[in-house]
Amino acid sequence: MSSERSRAGITPSQTVGPFFHFSLLKEDYSRLVGSDHPSAIRIEGTVYDGTGEVVPDAMLEIWQANSAGRYAHPEDSREGLSLEEGFSGFGRCGTDSEGRFTFITIKPGPVPGPEGKMQAPHILVSVFARGLLKRLTTRIYFPEEEEANSEDPVLALIEDPEMKKTLIAHPIEGGYRFDVHLQGESQTAFFDV
Amino acid sequence: MAQQTRNIAGGYRREGSEIHPPYLYPDYKGTRLRAPKKPLIIVPHTLSELTGPLFGHTGIGPLDNDLTRQHEGEPLGERIIVHGRVMDEDGRPVRNSLIEIWQANAAGRYAHKGDQHPAPLDPNFSGAGRCMTDDEGYYRFITIKPGAYPWGNHPNAWRPAHIHFSLFGPAFATRLVTQMYFPGDPLFYQDPIFQSVRDPKAQKRLISTFDLETTVPEWALAFRFDIVLRGRDATPFERPHA
Repeated sequence: MSSERSRAGITPSQTVGPFFHFSLLKEDYSRLVGSDHPSAIRIEGTVYDGTGEVVPDAMLEIWQANSAGRYAHPEDSREGLSLEEGFSGFGRCGTDSEGRFTFITIKPGPVPGPEGKMQAPHILVSVFARGLLKRLTTRIYFPEEEEANSEDPVLALIEDPEMKKTLIAHPIEGGYRFDVHLQGESQTAFFDV
Repeated sequence: MAQQTRNIAGGYRREGSEIHPPYLYPDYKGTRLRAPKKPLIIVPHTLSELTGPLFGHTGIGPLDNDLTRQHEGEPLGERIIVHGRVMDEDGRPVRNSLIEIWQANAAGRYAHKGDQHPAPLDPNFSGAGRCMTDDEGYYRFITIKPGAYPWGNHPNAWRPAHIHFSLFGPAFATRLVTQMYFPGDPLFYQDPIFQSVRDPKAQKRLISTFDLETTVPEWALAFRFDIVLRGRDATPFERPHA
């Protein structure tokens, strides 16, 4: 056990700035599965600032379990649930000049939550941009999971029903739309992870 | 879902994270319309936050950590070695973890179409690199010292020379994007991005140290930049039974 005295201070966060594309987006991580995957879904959206202007220089990262609800990570040691070859669960996409991003992925299964409760299927999101001195994190939930969403222990932490709605994606042809509002009346619910 | 779910108590530490900059720091103009104003919701560290992307060594090329050898010729500027160790708060090495970096060239210009600073581009320098930490958490890049550059934040605003760092660590909860600065830079005082970190001790952790020992005579200077990611709560947790 280390004492408080010997604990090192963490390195502070700094903004990703406007010029990360040639490094962080050199490889395309926006397709977690091929578009010909039988259960492929598209998740698209737009990032807006506090005046409702689109944010053309943001980057989103997503992290999710596979369709069985298993994370490709040693912390998830539930061997009864299968891993999928080639599915890492990680995605990354920059916004374009219209502030839009698109991921091709699969819908995750439910995963365990605190106190033995299950969490509704969800995708974790990190948002990076010039003007964000540290990342923002949020979650994408699915509109057809009404019952699971109503029992989800993390959604339950959000008291304002309007704020809660910001985490539920909207169905569109072939997938879902999930817009991110950084600031303002319709601000997305963000988490302190 | 017949599987027993785990009772996770061992999340990542929250104390210590108050040293990060606030979202809204009006001196840095870019925060004004992008910082959320509604309070953040504190989320427990569930399996979703305790897991995170893992990257193998497979996609990493042998020259990805040498930014001076990605083109036909050598870039202009001072050749430097930037190296250090990634650890958690308890001094445990963060092993086999992806580090991505990016920077301006020696003249202070990014190889990015959005950078309009009238300084020359260097055809022999892209300014992007990546590597994995080794089994002890060490990493090493060879690059050139980036130049300072002006930006429109306030009259005569200049960014101190810096290298951007992106790190994942073992979990979603440990993700960090930061910037490494150089010792003794006279531009710190007027840079709102650097100053957004309020604690002077924490500011110091953003500044690399000149590392004479790693300097290669007749070839390159060296700077050391150790990075500390959040540590895990020591609270024991119940192991899952699959």
